[in-house]
Amino acid sequence: MFDASTRPTTLPNAPGVGYKAQHYTDLTNDPGHVAWLEIHAENYMGAGGRPLAQLRHLSERFAISMHGVGLSIGGEGPLDGDHLARLKHLNNWLQPVVFSEHLAWSTHDGAFLNDLLPLPYTKDTLTRVSDHIDQLQNTIGRQMMLENPSSYLAFAESTWSEPDFLREVSDRTGCGLLLDVNNVFVSATNLDYDPRAYIAEFPLDKVGEIHLGGHDEDEDEHGHVLLIDSHGKPVVDPVWALLDHVLSLSGPRPILIEWDNDVPEWGELHAEAARASKALEQVAV
Amino acid sequence: MSKTVQTLAVAGAVAAALTAHATTASAAGQEKCYGVSLAGQNDCAAGPGTTCAGTSTVDYQGNAWTLVDAGTCAEIELPTLADGSARTGALEPLDRDIPS
Amino acid sequence: MTATVSQTTFRTAILNGQSDRPLGLTDAQGRAAGRRFDVYRNNVAVSLTEALETGFPAIAKLLGAENFKAIAGMFLRQYPPSSPLMMHYGAEFPDFLQGIKQLSHLGYLPDVARLELALRRAYHAADASPIAADALAAIPPMELGAVAFEFAPAVALLRSQWPVHALWAFNLADGPKPQAVAQDVLILRPEFDPEPHALAPGSGACVDTLMHGATLGDAAAQGTAAADDFDLSALLALLLNGQAITKITIKT
Repeated sequence: MFDASTRPTTLPNAPGVGYKAQHYTDLTNDPGHVAWLEIHAENYMGAGGRPLAQLRHLSERFAISMHGVGLSIGGEGPLDGDHLARLKHLNNWLQPVVFSEHLAWSTHDGAFLNDLLPLPYTKDTLTRVSDHIDQLQNTIGRQMMLENPSSYLAFAESTWSEPDFLREVSDRTGCGLLLDVNNVFVSATNLDYDPRAYIAEFPLDKVGEIHLGGHDEDEDEHGHVLLIDSHGKPVVDPVWALLDHVLSLSGPRPILIEWDNDVPEWGELHAEAARASKALEQVAV
Repeated sequence: MSKTVQTLAVAGAVAAALTAHATTASAAGQEKCYGVSLAGQNDCAAGPGTTCAGTSTVDYQGNAWTLVDAGTCAEIELPTLADGSARTGALEPLDRDIPS
Repeated sequence: MTATVSQTTFRTAILNGQSDRPLGLTDAQGRAAGRRFDVYRNNVAVSLTEALETGFPAIAKLLGAENFKAIAGMFLRQYPPSSPLMMHYGAEFPDFLQGIKQLSHLGYLPDVARLELALRRAYHAADASPIAADALAAIPPMELGAVAFEFAPAVALLRSQWPVHALWAFNLADGPKPQAVAQDVLILRPEFDPEPHALAPGSGACVDTLMHGATLGDAAAQGTAAADDFDLSALLALLLNGQAITKITIKT
């Protein structure tokens, strides 16, 4: 067990980055504008070895956000008890400043599909997601934040808007929300709505963290633009503009740059963090 | 081999191993931590769009699939032993492996 | 009545690219989702294929990209991950390769995959404290034959009828072209990087015996029985340098 006494205890209203092992040396030499790190919980659920050793070192220096990508909170079946136990164990060991997961499902009938799959926004889904979040928060003994997904399609059966759905889940469970601004832009573009209208509806007071990432551009069979949440490119200007809009309403928040595919050199990732820092300066009180 | 001879052999081997054991200095904590991961990673990013592996027309039942020569296996000749016997660790003439 | 989409339906349609896409999934105009659904099909197939490529780089080189992708496509549909930990994905892959008749002339493939799997397991294995070298020196010479070892969780032995280490090294570490010999491979993880070591004759039998808890004397006898030129001191030096031994006990 490491000494946690010198670690930060809150996520600062400053830029963070999704941690990649190839940036370890650069990051520990000079983090620049990067004030905190987010890790994908599932990558640190091995028994030992370098991943956990790296994380131990990093956590002595940086505030860490633990971001789950595999619990399948929206799954029709029960939550995976083994995975809940692993999350609890990692949370106890790492003592991250915040913990978040996704409004999505990925496991069904014992098969984990390694993707964040979409949910219909119905009463059934609301009950199920809320029950699972209650179970999760009670098991690991802390609040979590729930992240809005990126959408490529809509469910005909949905009866709730996404911001309303997230607000209701938060009200029922006491969970916080993680607002992925790129996901809002991707979903709004794909499903023909105004991202600012989505933000206007979104309970920004519940937002404890913001995500930003790059996306790819494709199209559907009708020639409609289809943005893909690839995390493989710089954040585009319209998403930076949407971030400015969010921050003008919400005030400063911790902002994470996610870059998971075609991970760039540290300098390029850091430049994104520097830009997020500038955006935060504009709303500094 | 008698117990005594065996014990002496073991003792001699241990002594020789200890002589040969070069104590390499451990890298400092920070340095030894550096290194990229060896295994698949979990992340929350989407893949490459709408047209590729997931929608391919390959017959995933496997019956219709044919191996195309493309990898390094084409450079390696290690036929299965014709008589089903175990391959042994010593280098020996290659003709042992040629099916009769 | 509005179509509802169960996760069973969704999952089935994701894993079978030839099946109909579920009804009740649309674009903003209410038109049926076609390529929009394919985004998920691709995410799943591509991410799992990439996880296999990362986990089995020597197999990927041996087979070539095109063959590997096709085999990964078959595998991931038959064996989607049973756990959300991608670091463990592909445990069934060696046996799966063994069952593909089109690959039966490449009899060594399953063992190469087993080696890659063992390296990955070693990478994520629990940390352990090796014994100090002088711990053995402190034992009276006449008692050394009765010594038994405990090994670090990362230590693994793979005994093969194929030149499995040479095949691995030829593809990933600039090794020479493999010769037709059997190889036993010992995986050690001093610090954090797993290292596969091709064992000299007799060493596989000796380590195998040691790993089953037998004494050094009995294990040495197994080594000598397996190969006349078995070199116990070289093997012990390898184990000590590789930080493989975590505990010594003397069996009385």
